[in-house]
Amino acid sequence: MSSGDGSTLPSAELPRLLDVLGAKGYRIIGPTVRDGAVVWETIRRMADLPIGWRDQQEPGRYRLERTDSRDIFGVVHGPQSVKPFTFAPREPLIRIERTSGGWSVHSHLQPAEPIALLGARPCDLAGLAIQDQIFLRGPYQDTAYAVRRKGLFLIVVNCTRALPTCFCRSMETGPRATRGFDLALTELDEVMLIEVGSEAGQAILAELPVAPASEALLAEASARIDACARSQIRSVERAKLPQVLYEVHDHPRWDEVGARCLACTNCTMVCPTCFCHTIDEAPDLTGQRTERTRLWDSCFTHEHGYIHGKNIRPTIKDRYRMWLTHKFAAWHDQFGTSGCVGCGRCLTWCPVGIDVTEEVAALLASDSRKQQKTVSQRHE
Amino acid sequence: MRRMPERQSPRPKLGVFKFASCDGCQLSILNLEDDLLALGQALEISYFPEASSHMDAGPYDLALVEGSITREEDVHRIRAVREQATVLVTIGACATAGGIQALRNWADIESYKRLVYPSPEWIRTLETSTPISDHVKVDYELRGCPIDKDQLLRVLTDLLAGVRPRLARDSVCLECKRRGTVCVLVAKGVPCLGPVTSGGCGAICPSMGRDCYGCFGPADAREKAGSHVPNTASLAKHFHEHLGLIPAEILRRFRGINGNAPSFQGESGAWERRADA
Repeated sequence: MSSGDGSTLPSAELPRLLDVLGAKGYRIIGPTVRDGAVVWETIRRMADLPIGWRDQQEPGRYRLERTDSRDIFGVVHGPQSVKPFTFAPREPLIRIERTSGGWSVHSHLQPAEPIALLGARPCDLAGLAIQDQIFLRGPYQDTAYAVRRKGLFLIVVNCTRALPTCFCRSMETGPRATRGFDLALTELDEVMLIEVGSEAGQAILAELPVAPASEALLAEASARIDACARSQIRSVERAKLPQVLYEVHDHPRWDEVGARCLACTNCTMVCPTCFCHTIDEAPDLTGQRTERTRLWDSCFTHEHGYIHGKNIRPTIKDRYRMWLTHKFAAWHDQFGTSGCVGCGRCLTWCPVGIDVTEEVAALLASDSRKQQKTVSQRHE
Repeated sequence: MRRMPERQSPRPKLGVFKFASCDGCQLSILNLEDDLLALGQALEISYFPEASSHMDAGPYDLALVEGSITREEDVHRIRAVREQATVLVTIGACATAGGIQALRNWADIESYKRLVYPSPEWIRTLETSTPISDHVKVDYELRGCPIDKDQLLRVLTDLLAGVRPRLARDSVCLECKRRGTVCVLVAKGVPCLGPVTSGGCGAICPSMGRDCYGCFGPADAREKAGSHVPNTASLAKHFHEHLGLIPAEILRRFRGINGNAPSFQGESGAWERRADA
């Protein structure tokens, strides 16, 4: 029940998918053009999808353009990964009220809303798998995340066009989704190749007017996905990771990037795997009740590095080094995977266009002998 | 940390004082609307000429101060306010950074007077507009032009509860991303000051499709020199090299409502020297 065999649906019949999902009680969320980008919105009709649009992305720059194409999923992605649907940017947790004898606690937890997310990318699913590990593994599961995750039906779209900022090939997270989806689509000329990844996905497929995919069509889809992989111009050399990053703690490159970085938090906000959060306690003026909310936070803020009377990461260089080292090195020790999925969002949505692949390359390319010398001199 | 008296009867006394300003921040207090009744029950509003002609003498448990120091009399009056106040909180860009009227700090005050007033000889004013903290000790600062009323309410609530108000100085970007606003700098190429500006506003301007102009002042400006926080130099360089702003435009970007705030002041000065060169 995974990839390998496939079904086809004429692109013109895609509205049927929306109908079937709607009839099963799902709210359909998909990409919509808004304010110069695609963002996730509720999809009610095909026209809500970015048909004919394309995204141009490069470090620090995002533009949409209209084309003559009738591609439904011509836009690779917008600033949001699927993260907001599981790890919400603003999650109300509890309300505490004063009572005559003490206080009472009321949970804000709602039953899972069934959401069908249409148009996630393979890198998004890789990010979700990493967040699942963080929030759901072990004895302490995050309830709010678990509830939201349970309601999610995932329709991934394999990538047939790479952006200049994409490097999923080198992170082995795309451009083809291999697991973690309910349905996987590959958009070809006027036809969708559909693969099933779960029983829930099979149940949806059973109600669609699909035909078995021909060998030729399967080969065509593979060829396009492979071409997408080959066309990626950025990559991360992973052979020496994670260890080498621990050895370049004093590399002058950190000063250079520290002088460029704005510590604005954008890279961590758009990252599909970043999970830092803060708790906000908002009492009312009368002191009778308080609301507790979890908010997205970032390792680039002042408060994140503030521990008992001292900020342990007072400079932007400290913060950037912590973030990159965590993503590409410490993450391996902590969770057994890389913390980067190669989606390229942190390149595009960095206001000054810092390219993490360039930073990693510069750090790895350092003359290791020279580096040793610097370290040993420091210890003398 | 200075504390107001614990919740008690009589209620803590509030005084609201105005210096050189437009009154907009004081109006934010009146705009609390639904919470005004609770506020009036929690605090005794003793002195608030904008709201009531009933004015009680000090001392006050809490003083909210709007406006900047622009006259010789102000210098003396703010000291008198400070002496009468247990906790002093400045409200708004004028009180915390000198406000838009601090543009005079880079100009010839006499020519300004002649430009604005028909009888400039009647105007007695200082050559500079300076923040309250240049003259007396300030306990907490509420940024913005105007301040955010919800942030004001939080600070009042915290002070009444006897806890230190938590005023995050994180960037506007953090608030944009939390509310799902598409970045106007990256997607439209407009010179947004959000990355170096303190949030607290709820990122209103980018949510309406326009660039932040820094009315909440520099983000995270508590760090020591050399920390690059906030990194106005990198953002200004990007405006110049990638968005095509000329030095005079970058100067004006940083020399606005919070032009007199230290890091914005330094950045506009650097581009003024380039514009003159």
